[in-house]
Parts: sequence; C-alpha cells; structure tokens
Amino acid sequence: MYGSIAAIGAGLAVLGAGIGIGRIGGSAMDAIARQPEAHGKIQTTMIIAAALIEGVALFGVVVGMLGGAK
Amino acid sequence: MSLVYSMKQFLLVLVALLVMPAAFANAGGEKDEEYDVTGEIMHHISDAHEWHLWGDDDFTTSVYLPIILIDNGLVTFSSSAFYHGTPVEFTNAEGKKEFYYKEPTGKYALLHEKIYKLENGELHFHEGHPENAMPMDFSITKNVLSLFFGAIIIVLLMFTTARFYKKNGAVAPKGLAKFMEPMILMVRNIAVDNIGEHKYKKYLPFLTTVFFFVWINNMLGMIPIIPGGANLTGNISVTLVLAVFTMLFTVLSGNKNYWSHIFATPGVPMALLPIMIPIELVGILTKPFALMIRLFANMTAGHIIVLALVSIIFINKNEFWGFLSVPMALFISVLEVLVAFLQAYLFAMLSALFIGAAVEESHH
Repeated sequence: MYGSIAAIGAGLAVLGAGIGIGRIGGSAMDAIARQPEAHGKIQTTMIIAAALIEGVALFGVVVGMLGGAK
Repeated sequence: MSLVYSMKQFLLVLVALLVMPAAFANAGGEKDEEYDVTGEIMHHISDAHEWHLWGDDDFTTSVYLPIILIDNGLVTFSSSAFYHGTPVEFTNAEGKKEFYYKEPTGKYALLHEKIYKLENGELHFHEGHPENAMPMDFSITKNVLSLFFGAIIIVLLMFTTARFYKKNGAVAPKGLAKFMEPMILMVRNIAVDNIGEHKYKKYLPFLTTVFFFVWINNMLGMIPIIPGGANLTGNISVTLVLAVFTMLFTVLSGNKNYWSHIFATPGVPMALLPIMIPIELVGILTKPFALMIRLFANMTAGHIIVLALVSIIFINKNEFWGFLSVPMALFISVLEVLVAFLQAYLFAMLSALFIGAAVEESHH
C-alpha cells in the first residue's frame, strides 16, 4: 500500500515540473518570436531555468523512491 | 531492387515491425518464476564487487574485482571468494527466500553488496537487516574501477591538448586540441560570465575538472559494455563529494561582502535578522545539496527508464517484444545523451555562480 502512495507523490512532483517547464518553454517561444536575434541567450536561459526546475522535481521523485523502498 | 520506395512505405514497414510482437504474444514462457523487475533494475544501477559481463545462473561471466578490507590490518582477496563461496539461505522480512554469500575462511559474508564480519559463522538478523559489525571496506568496486577509467581518459585528453599548446604556442590548434578547444572555451566563458573578468582564473581548473569529470562519466554510464555502464554519477556518494568541493570553494573564498550578505543582509530591518541569519546559513548548505541531488537523480532516473523499457522483453518472456522496447529505449538513450551534457554544464555553471557570489565585490 505504501509503495503506491509514494508513487502518487512522485507523480505529483513531476506534474508540477511539467507545468513549470511548459510555461518556461512557452515564454521562451514568445520572447524569440518578438526578438529573433536574441534567440541564443533566450535558449540558454531557458535550458538553465528548466534544469533548475527539474532538479526540484527530482527531489520529489527521490523522496518518493525512499518512501517506496523498504 | 530495393524493398522501400518512399518515406510512406518505409514508415509502414516500421510500424508493422513494431506491432509484430502482438502476433507472437503466446509464444515462449517456459519458466514459471516471475521476473523481479525492481530487483533487477536496482541491481543494475547499484555498485557491485564484481563486474558482471554476461550470462545467467551457471554461465555467468564476470570480472571479479579485488576486495580490500581494513579489519585489524589489511585483508585482501578476490571477490570470487564470495561469489563462488557458500550461499546461505535465509528468509527476509517480506517472507521471500534470499541468500547471502560466505567466503571460504568463514570470516566475512556478502549480502546486497555489503560485507559483514561473521561471528559464530553466520549473520544475525534484526528486523530484516543484519546487525553484524562491518569491516572498513576500501574494495575496488565497479564504480571505483569506472572512476579510474574515466580519470585516465580525462588525464589523457587534457595532457595531449596541453602538449600541443606547449609545443606550438598560441596558434590555431590541430588534432585533439582542435576538438577540445571549443569545450574548454565554453567552460572559460561560464567562469568569466559568473565570476568576473578579474578573479576567474583561480577557479578555472576546478570548473574544467568538474565539467569534464561529470560529462565523461555520464557518457561512460551510457555505454552498455565494460568498461562503460557503471552508474558512477548516479552514486550519491560521488555527487556528494563533488558538491562538497563546490561548497568548500564557495565558503573558503568568501570575502567580506559575502559574509556581510549572510549575517547582515542589506535592506533587512534589525528585527528580522534573527530569522534571516539561520535561513542564510542553511542556504550555504542547501545550494550544494541541490547540486548533489540534481545530478544523482537525473542520472539514476535515466538509467532506470532505459532498464525498465528493456525489462519489457523479460517480463513478457518473449524476444519479439524487443522490436517495440529497443527503439523506445533508443529514443530515451538519445535524450539521455543530451541530459549527460546538460547536467555537466549545469553543475559547472551553478558552481561558478556560487563561487561568483562569494567573491563578488559590493557595488554601491
């Protein structure tokens, strides 16, 4: 029983990450559309922000793994 | 005469191949025991005292790595003493039968890749975990060997590059140096952007080392055959050490401006300082902690996904599922190659950011 609750927790963390990174991607695309010559900087910043959010989501996944293990 | 005339026909053939497993769904399935997916995946991503090459049960082929223990003196032997020693069965906490290995002299036992000292020749269990004493384990395990191999690669790459510049001076490079130069310049740009023009040179060796160490070991972990395939950067002890180095660099190069930001954060009224100071102090620890968890979780999760996809074949006990699971695992592996580079870049960049915050001069 506890294993599956841990998996639900991990899934919720990933849900948050999906929403967050989706918004970053959307803003990045808007920004590039507005100013195509800045696409290099925008892309780099987007990747960095996405990786930071993914780090936080993986905190949640790691805690889920710990909760689901014996 | 070629079998494929157009993209449409190629895609049709590809899709037909991918759904073919359904036609063979009833073939195979001789053994009755279920495939323990979680156990096998955990076994593949964890450290081990042997490097398993191929084979199963009676036909296992492994490289048996040396065991080095400190137990009132140095004790060394090959891990084949364990894996070819006596298996002793016991029932674990969940009621499943497991076994641990005893080596011939009867002094040590191996369970789940941990070595225990035996008293009265057996392991004593308490709530499913052995409570025997453990000797200090300095063995060359799979991860240690992979680390040595990655280190040799980095040393060879860097010394060859350096030798070119020493021989030819500051000219346009040829050969290996031509391949390495853009990457080293990228790390230099990370350092300059985050630490500043005047102070970055001191920290560039550390940042270059961290970047290439993480990148090369991530890539080695993707190669399925020895000497690749050991999940080194997915080992939390390894990422812990890297994060500790970043923390040491940050804290030891902190200048007055840095510490004044921590103990007297500008713009904060005196009454709130008792709250801000513990927060800032904990912040010194949490930022490297996040670095550690980020790298560990990204690498481990990637390996788990690929392993789980390949396990589809074994769960269904039918090799034709390979037509579905191997292309999927291939796509994920391509993503993992990107993640390998990205995590290395990110680790280096965030380390540079923290060091830059520590050496920053106040601008008023």
